[in-house]
Amino acid sequence: MGADLADTPATAASPQGLTIDSRWRPVPKGPSALSATFRFLRHNVLSLIGVVIIIFWVVVSITAPVIAPYDPLKQSLRDRLQAPSAQHIMGTDELGRDVFSRVLYGGRISLPIGFIVVISATVIGALLGATAGYAGGAWDNGLMRLTDLVMAFPPIILAMAVAAALGAGLNHAAIALIIVAWPSYARVVRGLVLSVKKNEYVAASHAVGASHARILFRSVLPNTLGPAVVMSTLGLGTAILTFAGLSFLGLGAVPPTPEWGRMVADGINAFDQWWVSAFPGLAILTVVMAFNFVGDGLRDALDPRLRKGT
Amino acid sequence: MSVTDYVIRRVLIVIPLIIGLTLVVFLVSHMLPGDPVAAHLGQRSMEDPAIVAAFRQEWGLDQPLYVQYLTFLKNLSQGNLGVSIHTKQPVMDDLGRYFPASIELAVTAVFFAILIGIPLGIISAVKRNHPVDHGARVVSLLGVSAPVFWLALVGLYVFYLRLGWLPGPGRLDTGMTEPTHITGMFTVDSLITGNMTAFASAVRHLFLPALVLGMATAGLVTRMTRSSMLEVLSSDYIRTARAKGASEGRVIIQHALRNSMIPTVTVIGLALADIMSGAVLTETIFAWPGIGRYAFQSTVSLDFPSIIGVTLLIAVVFALANLVVDITYVFLDPRLRTA
Repeated sequence: MGADLADTPATAASPQGLTIDSRWRPVPKGPSALSATFRFLRHNVLSLIGVVIIIFWVVVSITAPVIAPYDPLKQSLRDRLQAPSAQHIMGTDELGRDVFSRVLYGGRISLPIGFIVVISATVIGALLGATAGYAGGAWDNGLMRLTDLVMAFPPIILAMAVAAALGAGLNHAAIALIIVAWPSYARVVRGLVLSVKKNEYVAASHAVGASHARILFRSVLPNTLGPAVVMSTLGLGTAILTFAGLSFLGLGAVPPTPEWGRMVADGINAFDQWWVSAFPGLAILTVVMAFNFVGDGLRDALDPRLRKGT
Repeated sequence: MSVTDYVIRRVLIVIPLIIGLTLVVFLVSHMLPGDPVAAHLGQRSMEDPAIVAAFRQEWGLDQPLYVQYLTFLKNLSQGNLGVSIHTKQPVMDDLGRYFPASIELAVTAVFFAILIGIPLGIISAVKRNHPVDHGARVVSLLGVSAPVFWLALVGLYVFYLRLGWLPGPGRLDTGMTEPTHITGMFTVDSLITGNMTAFASAVRHLFLPALVLGMATAGLVTRMTRSSMLEVLSSDYIRTARAKGASEGRVIIQHALRNSMIPTVTVIGLALADIMSGAVLTETIFAWPGIGRYAFQSTVSLDFPSIIGVTLLIAVVFALANLVVDITYVFLDPRLRTA
């Protein structure tokens, strides 16, 4: 409508001297998502570094079969525990496998597991939390008590117990981590829905006869996404870290899978050969730190108090 | 309401919370998939129904769940958490043996976290956007992001194997006799009994695992202290203090620090969860005979009585930590005394 009016020739001037044309000029379009992202990254050096590191690891993980100099599973007892050299730039482990190739392949496990865990926990948590906050009553009460129940357990102990009960393996570790993670998302989204549903536009949607599902999914839930995205970004680092911890304890990836946590554990047996555990540990550190850099930047950008002064 | 009334009311809230936790912990540990019988009996024993039935009867696993819970509650009220399927010892005895070592480690870790985190957070806030601030933020993020098991290995490699500054895994030097058991915490017991050789050895052994365990919390404390200091430093009363000519040191220490401590105290209280989680991994690497290692052994062998015991103990520690945090608020913020 605004555009139509703007096209209308100016025929009268207002008392302030403004023409109808200028008063009804269409609202300028907001910045596109891409340009907003670039602007955000330009003002957040640490987030920019984080994004670069994440892109680096994603590319490395995808291209690992092409760029890895050796088969990550190929054992060569003759070459066991060799220090870093031109032939094996990160040395070899106690079965003679090339540590560099295994580190490159490690991203193919940790990154997808991190994403799967966080996306699943966010979706489950957001859906349950949103319906609880929107519906209230017994459903809300019951669900919040369920989150209390899960959160009463120290996270690593619950994850260990679930992973131990299901048996070691990537899928089981992922399930354990999702079970541990979803309640936090549910509680945060529920809290946001409780405040968003008081807005007048929600009352207006009710008034025009929109269904509950439509109001929840079209009006309420999209307004809770910002904080949920920040929480997910920070959660990615935590998920990768906890998964590595489970694998380190022998409850995640099973040998000979080239998984970073498992590789650090391999280093315990070859304690004075530092390279066996140092490089996989550095890989975990850089990835987790990168997600924390981005998550921190996003949180600061979304927090008006932090944006303004502090 | 006086501080004493507040503390009594706050303590009374903890009691029903802990009773509720017993039910939660009991139910969740029994809802977990996996069969503790299979986890304990070998495959050949599992094929013999008589052995399986005898095992179930021995551990009360053949009773309905509510009977198991009522028996558990009755035993708990008598200070009996049952017998560990894994160690064959009463769970209470196991916890009594392992808990002091973990508390010693956790308290020292929190001490390191405060010692590193608060000064770093203050410097970072005061020197906002200065290279010092950027450096402190990166260091705090490194602490939060580094896998604790990797830090432990790196620490052992550098300070024990290469430099020889610190001792290797364990709580005391090899061959040294444990100090007389009073609290179970070697540093405290050796001090009480005046055994300074054991004290020096216990402190040296405690240093590295506690530092490693406290790094993540130190990162969190730095971040929280920085952001709350920044908020306080931009408030009107700080401007007034500066306008009245108070020195920068006085403004920061006397006016800003105390008011910025409430979020930091919360983080320290909540960080206990991270410390207990980290303890599972740290204790495994440093051969530290604590609750973390016990929890790991209990969960991998699906030892339900031990899992319940450990979880309940940790939950009680959380509840008490929150209690301490709430009481600390009252001392930090006088307004809460009348709230």
